[in-house]
Amino acid sequence: MTLTNPEAIETEPTKPQAQRRAGGGGGGLGRYVLVRFLLIFPTVFILVTLVFFLMRVIGNPITASVGGRLTPSQLQERLHAAGYDRPVLVQYFEYLGNIVRGDFGTTSTDNRPITEIIVTYGGATAELVFYALIVALLLGIPLGMLAAYLRDKWPDVLFRALAILTYATPVFFGGLLLKLVFSVWLGWLPLSDRASTRVSLVLDNIPGATGIYLIDALRTGNGQIIGDVLLHAVLPALTLGLLTAGIFLRLVRANMIGSLGSEYVDAARSRGVREARLVRTHAFRPALVPIITVMGLQIAMLLGGSVLTETTFGWRGLGFELNQYLSARDFVAVQGIVAMLAVIVAVTNFVVDVVAALIDPRVRF
Amino acid sequence: MADTSLVDRHEPLWKRLPVVVQLRKSTGWQRAMLITGVVICALYIVVAVAAPLIAPYGFGQLQGADGQSFPRTGAPSPEHIWGTTVGGFDVFSRVVYGARTAVLVVIVAVVVSIIIGVLLGMVSGYLGGWLDRILVVVADAIYAFPSLLLAIVVSIVVSGGNSSYSGGIIAAAISITVVYVPQYFRVVRAEAVRLRNEAFVESARVLGTNPWRIMTRHVLRNSTRSLPLILTLNASDAILTLAGLGFLGFGIGPTAGAEWGYDLSRALSDVASGVWWTGVFPGVAIVVLVLGVTFVGESLNDISDPRLRARRRIKDLGRRRAAAAASTEGAAA
Repeated sequence: MTLTNPEAIETEPTKPQAQRRAGGGGGGLGRYVLVRFLLIFPTVFILVTLVFFLMRVIGNPITASVGGRLTPSQLQERLHAAGYDRPVLVQYFEYLGNIVRGDFGTTSTDNRPITEIIVTYGGATAELVFYALIVALLLGIPLGMLAAYLRDKWPDVLFRALAILTYATPVFFGGLLLKLVFSVWLGWLPLSDRASTRVSLVLDNIPGATGIYLIDALRTGNGQIIGDVLLHAVLPALTLGLLTAGIFLRLVRANMIGSLGSEYVDAARSRGVREARLVRTHAFRPALVPIITVMGLQIAMLLGGSVLTETTFGWRGLGFELNQYLSARDFVAVQGIVAMLAVIVAVTNFVVDVVAALIDPRVRF
Repeated sequence: MADTSLVDRHEPLWKRLPVVVQLRKSTGWQRAMLITGVVICALYIVVAVAAPLIAPYGFGQLQGADGQSFPRTGAPSPEHIWGTTVGGFDVFSRVVYGARTAVLVVIVAVVVSIIIGVLLGMVSGYLGGWLDRILVVVADAIYAFPSLLLAIVVSIVVSGGNSSYSGGIIAAAISITVVYVPQYFRVVRAEAVRLRNEAFVESARVLGTNPWRIMTRHVLRNSTRSLPLILTLNASDAILTLAGLGFLGFGIGPTAGAEWGYDLSRALSDVASGVWWTGVFPGVAIVVLVLGVTFVGESLNDISDPRLRARRRIKDLGRRRAAAAASTEGAAA
């Protein structure tokens, strides 16, 4: 859960510098995109390597999960069958080779390929992260603009206090409070799960189900099913979205204060541009670039937060599964899911950086 | 970035200490925020140190002195002011001992990550070369990755499943360290790169000073100014990461020590039956501590940033001038 100071990210020189160096000081957007795309590979490589060697420090996944329950000879047999008795480097290169071919391993408890788990549960997590991002943007951007415009007046102080509060609340505690109030005391919203049992039975058995319940529900065209799915999404989306909303608010505020104080805004004001337009267009546009850059980091953070949110709400996505495998001590599964997430995060950051470059020409030169 | 102009070298030492400097420079609600933050942090440290004196029962205690077992999920009552859990633990006592765990983990984690991060950043930034490039790429990769996931992986490695108190503390602290080293690294490296070409460093090099001495005397001393800021921001992250790990079952077992995240994970199933006290109290304990640390960090940030600091004071000054002018006018009339 990294809340790094948004201002610090914005002015952080290391990353763009590294890219600029790699970019060779020039070239157009195409070149930037290419260089940025190639940077995905070292990032994924480093993370996968790091996770691999970290996991091997404990010995091997089999000893770690069932070591105490097997006789030494049985254990040896299992180790040999899985290839864990070979030198670590040999295993490492084999693992890398498998990843290149898209094989992230097979879980040791229920013998399922990791890629299958990602395909089955990835949709649910993507759905949750998408909702959360919507919540965060809908709350964070307008309130941040307002706070910047009414700087140091009471709404500003109030919004900033709320932003700090949402950050200080762990997602699982926020989720617990929301559940307590809206599900148990008021009885307005369902307590957990992605849909009622009956509805999820229907949705899981649709031919060609995407695993993204909202899309599946819309395809059934049944109003009750859509309503059920949406109602179940409210609390998890709020819980995870609030975590990020505060960060967007602070970021928008800090950048808007900068642009509101700039000379071209004064110039526009003196030309008689209306205040609302001044805030929305003149001051907000330039503040948008750092927001998009940080959104990449936020998506990574939301993926991390989804592990906790999904566990809190019994939302059967990747994070929920990861937690299940953690408690089953299935470390092959954990390693596989984490490695796969590394790929997703790297690709997301690539997309975000390209979008930022499209908007802001300064990034690519 | 901290503003060096805040520090006057001729002031006595205590006036030059990080928080004291900002406190003296601050005004209005920024000062109020800083003071609130410092007070909250101090309170938690006191509770952590004096836990056995404050808590009526032990964190793993299941029965009173009379041999009577505590009630299970007992509502708050005079004997158990914050109620008891499903397992029959006293919630208040566990929250109090939880402060000890949190404070210990944060201190260990922050100290270790600062030492490693600053050292790596300084050497990497000053010496440059291939080592620098590799470290930057690695730090960037770690930085962009969900920190909780990394902490989980490290925690699996370090704890290997054991849940003793000191083992749990060290496991949690190391997991957090791995995540935050890159952040200190990035900041200090950026400063070291800047300082490498400064005239005073260059002249030291020309004089034939050995690189280690240049690094410790000239580079390090000048590259640590923004550390208190990152430190507070990371301390609050560390508390949340610790709670997250505990929530996922990588904390400290209930009989080995008290940990808020673990208690919250147990409390999750209580909510459905309307039992609120097992979750709300440890949760609020986390929120208030993180708030306290964040307040300190936020106000240090605002005070050290001239754009955010100066404004209120100038405005006050203007108002005072206006008031003075008005009063002299009044006197003249």
